[in-house]
Amino acid sequence: MTRWLLPSLLVASIAVLLAACFLGSTPMAVPRVLSALVGGGAAGDAIIVWQIRLPRALAAYVVGAALAISGAALQGLLRNPLAEPGVLGVTATASLGATFSLYYGLTALSVWVLPLSAIAGALAATAFIAMAAIRIRHMVTLILIGVGMASFAGALMSLLMNFAPNPFSLSDMINWMLGSVANRGLDDIALAAPFMIAGLALLFATKRGLSALTLGEEAAHGIGLDLRRQRLAVIAGTGLATGAAVAIAGGIGFIGIVAPHLVRPLTGHDPARSLLPSGLLGGVILVLADIAVRLLPTTSELKLGVVAALIGAPAFVWIAMRRRAHG
Amino acid sequence: MAELVASNLSVAAGGRTILAEASVTLRQGELVALLGPNGAGKTTLARAMLGVETQTGSSRLDGMAITSLSPIDRARMIAYLPQIRPLAWPATVRDVVALGRYAHGAAIGRLTGRDAEAVDGALSACDLQPLANRSTDTLSGGELARVHLARAFAAGTPLMIADEPVAALDPRHQFQTMSLLRRYVDDGSGALVILHDIALAARFADRLVWMKDGRILADGPVSETLTEARLEEVYGIHARIIESADGPAIIVRSPVAQDRP
Repeated sequence: MTRWLLPSLLVASIAVLLAACFLGSTPMAVPRVLSALVGGGAAGDAIIVWQIRLPRALAAYVVGAALAISGAALQGLLRNPLAEPGVLGVTATASLGATFSLYYGLTALSVWVLPLSAIAGALAATAFIAMAAIRIRHMVTLILIGVGMASFAGALMSLLMNFAPNPFSLSDMINWMLGSVANRGLDDIALAAPFMIAGLALLFATKRGLSALTLGEEAAHGIGLDLRRQRLAVIAGTGLATGAAVAIAGGIGFIGIVAPHLVRPLTGHDPARSLLPSGLLGGVILVLADIAVRLLPTTSELKLGVVAALIGAPAFVWIAMRRRAHG
Repeated sequence: MAELVASNLSVAAGGRTILAEASVTLRQGELVALLGPNGAGKTTLARAMLGVETQTGSSRLDGMAITSLSPIDRARMIAYLPQIRPLAWPATVRDVVALGRYAHGAAIGRLTGRDAEAVDGALSACDLQPLANRSTDTLSGGELARVHLARAFAAGTPLMIADEPVAALDPRHQFQTMSLLRRYVDDGSGALVILHDIALAARFADRLVWMKDGRILADGPVSETLTEARLEEVYGIHARIIESADGPAIIVRSPVAQDRP
């Protein structure tokens, strides 16, 4: 692995998180932000920095990281650089789960209902994809199945929106569909954190198997990989991590494709060594995208998921066009 | 001495028998060539011996049922080289060879001690040191075949099963690959190699196993089992075997006329 990769990504991570504290719709001079960060300054400044800007930036960061690591792991498992939670319909199904529980008011039962229903949606989608992956011969087919699933989840979501009882729940649903980290607090992150940590731990624990799959399933089994366990671990890991990310920010696509794609050439194209740098880069990208969302002088704030798709979808097309025809 | 003993292995798929009561033994110090026409069940036999294929009968490694071993334990004893497929990612030669150490717990990119030694040894044995840092998507077919072979050698197993390791290679690289396998066996290991080139098999193997229609028809030393009658029976060809100092040559004269029902 290129030696400077991880340190520079760490530095970049801290830099964008700090930058997110300094930039925003309310102009604040550097000294004011600095004193608020270290616990001094005016009470209003402290609120803006500690309760609005920093939690929002952290939310964008962990969501970006979780989605990018999930993408890198799915790409390793399915041996396809186009595999990603968004493209495979996992985020869409997870946001459908979240929307569903919002629509039927299930979220009033417990604070855990929202993250759990997003995770249930994500797990169902990853399990379906992995089951399909065993049966089909060409991985491109799998992408098509994912695209179909994403469309289906989108259609069900539109159906729920059609029947939305009032404009408030409609705008709530649009938030989940398009993805945003506006007004997210530390408690939103804390609620999703256990699931995200469990999912990511599972992915990191089985990352050596992702390297083994470079050889193809048969040879990977030959060198000692337990294929069934590997599949289960990646399904459960990406389901948990993606579901938790969606529980925080709704459906944000393409981060899982862009970050690993940029990182891979710097890690010897090894899926295992790509996981951590992909995560850091995914976090950085999403925080930057969110800063852009906040700074753009639009009348109503752009949704983060929209910006991610505006950058990510062309990247997806570009990667697909450059791929050689052996998938 | 590691020994893989298959007895009465049968595999059925879709109501058809693709492997019928096959019994064969692979020991250290032997290079066994598995021969037979397309669809004879060679790959199925290899996979059934490894416990990958659902089967009846038994395959035992040193007396233990192969299906009772964990993939890691099995991989430490038997290296398996399936028919070569394109790699998912353009990894470097050294990283692909390092994957051979997976069962020993090695993580590629961070090889230590014995793992690094085994990888370096395998790279040298296959003349791959000059290519070690090359990306595998820049290699020729012959070079890539050597990379896969080195990956299997790096595992340091007493036994190996290789499925058509010389397919799609030119004569020079076929010979080179078989020489490497021969050296591996002469150093005390055992290899079962699926081949289509009968002359190559006769030149390098200690034993030939002949298969047709899912059955093993003959199993024995080259001198005993390589006959013109056998070629007719197994491959459906009239062929002439010409002995030479460098091993037998096989000349196909015509296909056997098929009886049409």
